[in-house]
Amino acid sequence: MIAGTSYAEVMARRQDIMKSAVGIDYEKFRTGAIAFDYEAMMDEVGYTLEEVHAIQEETNVGHTPLVELRNITELVRRISDLGKGARIFVKDESANPSGSFKDRRASVSVYYAKAKGYPGVIAATSGNYGAAVASQAAKRGLQCIIVQETYDSRGLGQPEIIEKGRACEAYGAEVHQLTVGPELFYVFLRLLEETGFFNASLYTPFSVTGIETLGYEVGAETLRATGRYPDAVIVTHAGGGNVTGTARGLRKAGSRHTEVIAASVDLSGLHMASDTDFNRKSFTTGHTGFGIPFATWPDRADVPRNAARPLRYMDRYVTVTQGEVFYVTEMLAKLEGMERGPAGNTSLVAAIAIAREMDRDEVVVVQETEYTGAGKHPYAQLSFAREMGVEVRRGDPGDNVPGKRIVIPDHPSQIRVKELSLPEIRKSYIRNALAHAGGQALSEEDIRFLAKDTNSSVGFVEATIRELAQVV
Amino acid sequence: MHDGREGRVASVQGRAGRAGDSTRAYAGDYVQIHSVILRPGERAPQVPEDTQKVPLELRIKGFLDHDACLGDEVTITTVLGRKAAGRLVAVNPAYPHDFGRPVPELLHVGEELWRLLRVRGGGEGEAS
Repeated sequence: MIAGTSYAEVMARRQDIMKSAVGIDYEKFRTGAIAFDYEAMMDEVGYTLEEVHAIQEETNVGHTPLVELRNITELVRRISDLGKGARIFVKDESANPSGSFKDRRASVSVYYAKAKGYPGVIAATSGNYGAAVASQAAKRGLQCIIVQETYDSRGLGQPEIIEKGRACEAYGAEVHQLTVGPELFYVFLRLLEETGFFNASLYTPFSVTGIETLGYEVGAETLRATGRYPDAVIVTHAGGGNVTGTARGLRKAGSRHTEVIAASVDLSGLHMASDTDFNRKSFTTGHTGFGIPFATWPDRADVPRNAARPLRYMDRYVTVTQGEVFYVTEMLAKLEGMERGPAGNTSLVAAIAIAREMDRDEVVVVQETEYTGAGKHPYAQLSFAREMGVEVRRGDPGDNVPGKRIVIPDHPSQIRVKELSLPEIRKSYIRNALAHAGGQALSEEDIRFLAKDTNSSVGFVEATIRELAQVV
Repeated sequence: MHDGREGRVASVQGRAGRAGDSTRAYAGDYVQIHSVILRPGERAPQVPEDTQKVPLELRIKGFLDHDACLGDEVTITTVLGRKAAGRLVAVNPAYPHDFGRPVPELLHVGEELWRLLRVRGGGEGEAS
């Protein structure tokens, strides 16, 4: 029987398509209406840290330099109170083969796909991950298809995504470039069915364990360089894998008291599926348009159970503005001689603000950089923003309005972070979990799971459920 | 066009890289094709209003299977050897992205920051 290819028919088959395209039986980890055994899934499906190191060494991934940003640290000290201004380090992940930490995620997925005999890999991504999958597939001799959201309805491509498509093609991938819309997932499912390729999802245990080596290296190398584990690690947060894998790796390195701080670019007010908002963003990842939805409901991903569960691991969640990231990108180039990003520098902005609160003998680590290039570079993005009618000016970054005004700070002391309320995000997660349970009775196991998945307590979960019941 | 830079809009734009009719393409040329995946009205229900009004479109590149003119329905063979069909929209399409123009709001940032490091002194970092 030939299966139908209409939107509704393909979406109805999504579970079966995904099961054969990732080779994981997620159902066996289910322990309740909501609950599942996350650690068992990570242990059984993923690889050990040693195995991941070995896989990554085969394709030259990881072991990137940990760089002390001496001039930026000095600048921060000059604008801080006496005795304040932590040492700032950055893990130069742009030294990976395709230029970002995403190679770590891709390496394990592509290794697994090859080991299991899949003829190729597919990923749905408009970001650096596409180039990473394509690069790793090239190294292991697998075919690769990347599906991107590239254009608005006028056929105008976001320059950063055009660049990432070019990089995928450079590594030999077939690139499918779509206009705006979440139905990208439908195109993706049809390709998986047609080709029998492996779904190199960002959200499998393979992808997340691939990042654990980054957290491990950050912990171990900081200890070696400074005699202490990092006091804080700042992670640019979008889909949640970066926070999850880094935090897990830090723990495996023995760094148990490091504060894990997630940072996203504030794009509040812009709709991620809007044709008209699409090209009014100057960031295509690392922003709140992914960061908040994936924190408040990780299982919105392209696999049934997301291995990236950021609320379990983030101790703090902050946002910064687009203009601050461009300013700091310029700072990194001019003061440290490193032209990187800009999107990957989101966490560096937060580090500069947070280092000012910390003591001089403390250490803060920014755990990634990414390559820069045509389309991505601040000049490219700001020129494009102007063409799209977005105002660009110097001033107080507090005057930033996503999609309307980008404000480049006048002075580094204006760099600050906005705190998001983790209790509110946890409540929002619990609300989403209850909605997905669809009225099924929750067991004690479900409540315990929600407490773990939100890094809160059984008491907090129960109080939230009572509060939500009163609102309805 | 935007900022005088042609080719950023993905539309009929290419030339075959050989003399003669620039709307003509030949078997084996590297081309881009376009197709509509979902028409307005077929879009997913959760899509916002502005996106509901426009189709979901797909562009793919590959090698043309047969001679054709821009705008024709054609088939291509992709770099992976797979077949795809659609309307021929560009021949050997350029990458339209670039580094843009220098941004005046950023041009003085380096000098400002170095001044802060140099003038106020007293720190113990590397800056001098």
